[in-house]
Amino acid sequence: MSDPVVLTPPLTDEDVAGLRAGDRVLITGTMLTGRDAAHKRLVDLIENGDELPVDLKGQIIYFVGPTPTRPGEAIGSAGPTTSYRMDAYSPILIEKGLKGMIGKGSRSREVVEAMVKHKAVYFAAVGGAAALISRRIVSSEILAYEELGPEAIRRLQVKDFPVIVVNDTEGNDLYEQGVKEYAIK
Amino acid sequence: MREITAGEITEAIKSLSMSAAYHLGEDVVRALEMGLEEETSPSGQDVLKQLLENAQIADEGKFPMCQDTGLAVIFVELGQDVHVAGGDLNEAINEGVRQGYEEAFLRKSVCHPFTRKNTGDNTPAIIHIKIVPGDRLKLTLAGKGGGSENMSRVMMLKPSDGKDGIIDYVVQRVKESGPNPCPPIVVGVGIGGTFERAALLAKEALLRHIGEPNLDPELAEMERTIFERINKLGIGPAGLGGRTTSLGVHVELQQCHIASLPVAVNINCHAHRHKETII
Repeated sequence: MSDPVVLTPPLTDEDVAGLRAGDRVLITGTMLTGRDAAHKRLVDLIENGDELPVDLKGQIIYFVGPTPTRPGEAIGSAGPTTSYRMDAYSPILIEKGLKGMIGKGSRSREVVEAMVKHKAVYFAAVGGAAALISRRIVSSEILAYEELGPEAIRRLQVKDFPVIVVNDTEGNDLYEQGVKEYAIK
Repeated sequence: MREITAGEITEAIKSLSMSAAYHLGEDVVRALEMGLEEETSPSGQDVLKQLLENAQIADEGKFPMCQDTGLAVIFVELGQDVHVAGGDLNEAINEGVRQGYEEAFLRKSVCHPFTRKNTGDNTPAIIHIKIVPGDRLKLTLAGKGGGSENMSRVMMLKPSDGKDGIIDYVVQRVKESGPNPCPPIVVGVGIGGTFERAALLAKEALLRHIGEPNLDPELAEMERTIFERINKLGIGPAGLGGRTTSLGVHVELQQCHIASLPVAVNINCHAHRHKETII
């Protein structure tokens, strides 16, 4: 395996256009979190023409609903959730400048097309490696929708947060490539 | 008549909730290690190593192995010579879940289907009660994650589909699930009964320890066949490509209607949490 690419958000079109499905990436800096309920609220605001509680330009959203933070720790257990549930919402957020998403599992054709058109990428973190992943999160603060509990939007400070590119700006898909390579007829 | 208090039940459930979230069973760890030995894909090997390290961090640090600490699915085997004293059995179980999930900082993942409003304490638990002979109370807790549960299905096959049709259906379900349920997965298969019984059989099949085949040789053979076919799909650990797509396949069977062939597939992620205790 080749050396990982190092990324620091906010990301530009050039940053993401250089990434290819299968690239290992280490993210350092800030990223946002959001899952089902927060995505629905953001898209409702956009559709009503209202202002968003967070600026999405160049940002990465991590699909995660962490466990409650224990005293003295940065965050609880914080692995990725399954991404297809955000498929209905992601294209419009990508249109608004979102550059990256982190989750697990396949995305819809609409999301893949939006990523190609507006230059964005989809990364996977290892589902279920949540205790290990938490160690790469330095701090966490709630930005919006605290009442949603685990589903609130948070800003995370991360260091060497490990992900792998699943869908790139050319429409490649790592999951499809992996199955093709390892399936036995 | 032996007396067991509601308080004892609450304490037992509380303890099981915590222990399931922190400590991955030895059977699962062994299956992950075996997968690592046989995995040929570099990214697959990398993921399996991460999962083993993750299990160790969770175990030693008493930290949830996964952020989805699950819906608490409770199987109760209540001896018919047991008298539950000092409270309601269902409420005693829910109180154990409430206390366990709160005190251990586990995620509360229960909400209303329409409003999606979180109940805030991970209750109500999903409780299955079976009355059995004897004067003991056996409690089994499965912390069931949503990602793998969403990939599960019940299918009413035709009797003419037969054994081959069942095997094809299960393999196809896993193939279509791809990376979503956090492979490597454990696959519970319930065959027969009725629509709802097939689903329950599939969930009960997941409670069996990985590596223990069904005692019926015909079903054990079916488990091996499905397992081998799943691990040829190429999905691999985290769906990144590889051999280790499943850690185990467990089949349970019961008689069914002459017109029916119900099949349920209940998928569990590698955070295969099930703990039991007997009072």
